[in-house]
Amino acid sequence: MYRLTGVTKRYARGEKSVHALDGVDLTVEDGERLVVQGPTGGGKSTFLQMLGGLDRPTSGSVELDGTDLARLGESKLTRLRAERIGFVFQGFNLIPTLTARENVETALVPLGVKAAARRRRAAEALESVGLGERLGHLPGEMSGGQQQRVAIARALVKQPDVLLADEPTGNLDESMRDEVMEVLEGRWRTHGLTFVLVTHDSAIARRATRVATVRNGRLTTERVDRPEGGAAGRSGGMAGGAARR
Amino acid sequence: MFLTYLRRELRRRGKAALVVASGLALGIALVIVVSSVSTGMKRAQDEVLESLYGLGTDMTVTKAQQPPEEEERSRRPRFRFDAGQGGEEQSNERLAVQGFQTLGADTVGTIAEQDGVAAAVGGLSLNSVTVDGEFTPGEPRGRGGPGEPAGGVEGGGADFRVDTYTLYGTDVRTPGLGPLTSSAITDGRGFQEDETGADVAVVDSAHARSEDIAVGDILDITGTGFEVVGIATADSGQPAAQVYIPLERAQELADAGDAITTVYVRATDSQRIEDVESAVLKEVPGTTVTTSADLAKTVSGSLGTAADLAEGVGRWLSYAVLAAAFLVAGLLTSSAVGRRVREFGTLKALGWRSGRVTRQVMGESLANGLLGGGLGIALGCAVAYAVTVAGPTLTASLGAAPGTATAGPGPARGAGRLLEQEGERALEIALTAPVDLRVIASAVALAVAGGLVAGAFGAWRAARLRPAEALRRVA
Repeated sequence: MYRLTGVTKRYARGEKSVHALDGVDLTVEDGERLVVQGPTGGGKSTFLQMLGGLDRPTSGSVELDGTDLARLGESKLTRLRAERIGFVFQGFNLIPTLTARENVETALVPLGVKAAARRRRAAEALESVGLGERLGHLPGEMSGGQQQRVAIARALVKQPDVLLADEPTGNLDESMRDEVMEVLEGRWRTHGLTFVLVTHDSAIARRATRVATVRNGRLTTERVDRPEGGAAGRSGGMAGGAARR
Repeated sequence: MFLTYLRRELRRRGKAALVVASGLALGIALVIVVSSVSTGMKRAQDEVLESLYGLGTDMTVTKAQQPPEEEERSRRPRFRFDAGQGGEEQSNERLAVQGFQTLGADTVGTIAEQDGVAAAVGGLSLNSVTVDGEFTPGEPRGRGGPGEPAGGVEGGGADFRVDTYTLYGTDVRTPGLGPLTSSAITDGRGFQEDETGADVAVVDSAHARSEDIAVGDILDITGTGFEVVGIATADSGQPAAQVYIPLERAQELADAGDAITTVYVRATDSQRIEDVESAVLKEVPGTTVTTSADLAKTVSGSLGTAADLAEGVGRWLSYAVLAAAFLVAGLLTSSAVGRRVREFGTLKALGWRSGRVTRQVMGESLANGLLGGGLGIALGCAVAYAVTVAGPTLTASLGAAPGTATAGPGPARGAGRLLEQEGERALEIALTAPVDLRVIASAVALAVAGGLVAGAFGAWRAARLRPAEALRRVA
């Protein structure tokens, strides 16, 4: 479970100071599917980087199961990222010279997994996202959707507790978007991991359990009601007690 | 993963890798060529010096040049001809000590007792001058009486030929040291250790050819017949003398008592030559000590110029190229890291420690360096081989050594004296460029260093890279 308390992130721009996040308080329950929306430059990516331990807040705390990532040493933070957090990026961020399988293996390297086990687990991860036939292909030989599925396999191969995705369908067309989202949601359902997704896509947002909006560094949340057999709709307000603003 | 990743990255950035490797290769090849040519120069110089000294001689000791004294003037050869034997062929041969400066035989013992001296032998360098021909006295003309012109001499004259050659009295008891060690016996034999008082001679091959002398012939030296037992050929350049005879016999013929002109010294260790030099100058005042280092300074001509170029310009040029190659390689590696910010940021986000990313960058750079080293070694060896095959001829002129140590009064002529005795020498030496294992090892070390230096630029950038910043920069 994530617990963010008074998280503020300021960047110095010349003599001015820009607040990317401004006193964010939020709790994300284990297994929750949170969608983060907001205008470009509003602080969504910074928020995701705080959750992933890629950046540290200027003030406040970011706790993951009681461990404050803001106070964790670089080495321990790196270890935590390697073991517990999976990332999916908008631009896929695959290593262009490595094959699909080798790209997935890069997530297991810092865990010290032996080469043979690494190869086996990477192949299984790619099988699970429907790329069993593409193990030896380079990213440049695959479509955008396939590349993103490789990136998803890379994020999930280590069986993380948390999956953080920054605009994972931003560079994909509609059919690819659905293809990728089906994979992500399928894995979320089967593995019960905590899933935080940044997107501009309202269609995706409607599939979330809760939607957070980051605007001018401030975050508000609303729970998405999902009536039996009906379309999702937003209940508004500060649902679930998770939202503080 | 490390090697796979490394191999693929090098393949992907093949052109950049080749540029970096080529720069390093050029620098390393230059270092190899300059080092091997320098070694070749040194060998050529050693060869030149051996032609003077003989193999195994570390220094020579001669008497310091001094203004001639009355006694010495009286020792200069004088030729007397009988004017009364008009028209008859007359011949006179004289042996004179080269330079007229001699040392006592006890000098050899004194020098041999010094610490660091392995062996010392004496030698006597002589000049043989033979004047032969006809002397015809003139006829008196008139009586100078009244009305007659004054009396005078009519006709008469002289028709003389002067032949000279150099003769060396060598200590036959120590065949491994002395002037003959710069030559090889190519016919017959050398001296035997018990031939100290024997009338035997070894003749230099060039002199033997010009004078039609062969092994078994009898050589007349001031009226004494010496059997030619061997023909010697100088290893390179000119020989120390044209005729060699046992030292004792040379001293007797030249009426020189137990005098010698030169002491040949071999040190126990090349590191101790300077100590021995100091000891000799202290214990035997009035002498000049000439070491191989002194003689090396006298080497001029194209060999000297080329050696100076190799030592000076060549060495610094190769270092400059190498430094430039290191710098360019470093900048290119750093630039490559700059282009791979997203890649390294992603790896850090996946949990790769900075050290692992740094190792990857260093590994790639090191592989580049080794590739450059391999190319550089191949290129350097090829050029060195080409130099050896082409064998450009260098001329070595040997002149006076300005820095030769001299004890006692008199001008410091040192090696110049030795050379003066034997004349100005100009030798032609074929240049070689030998590449030894030490040079190859240095090249490999340079390649590794180049790779590490270049990698350090990029690794430093990669290590400082913060994943959030890296991902944000390309978002």
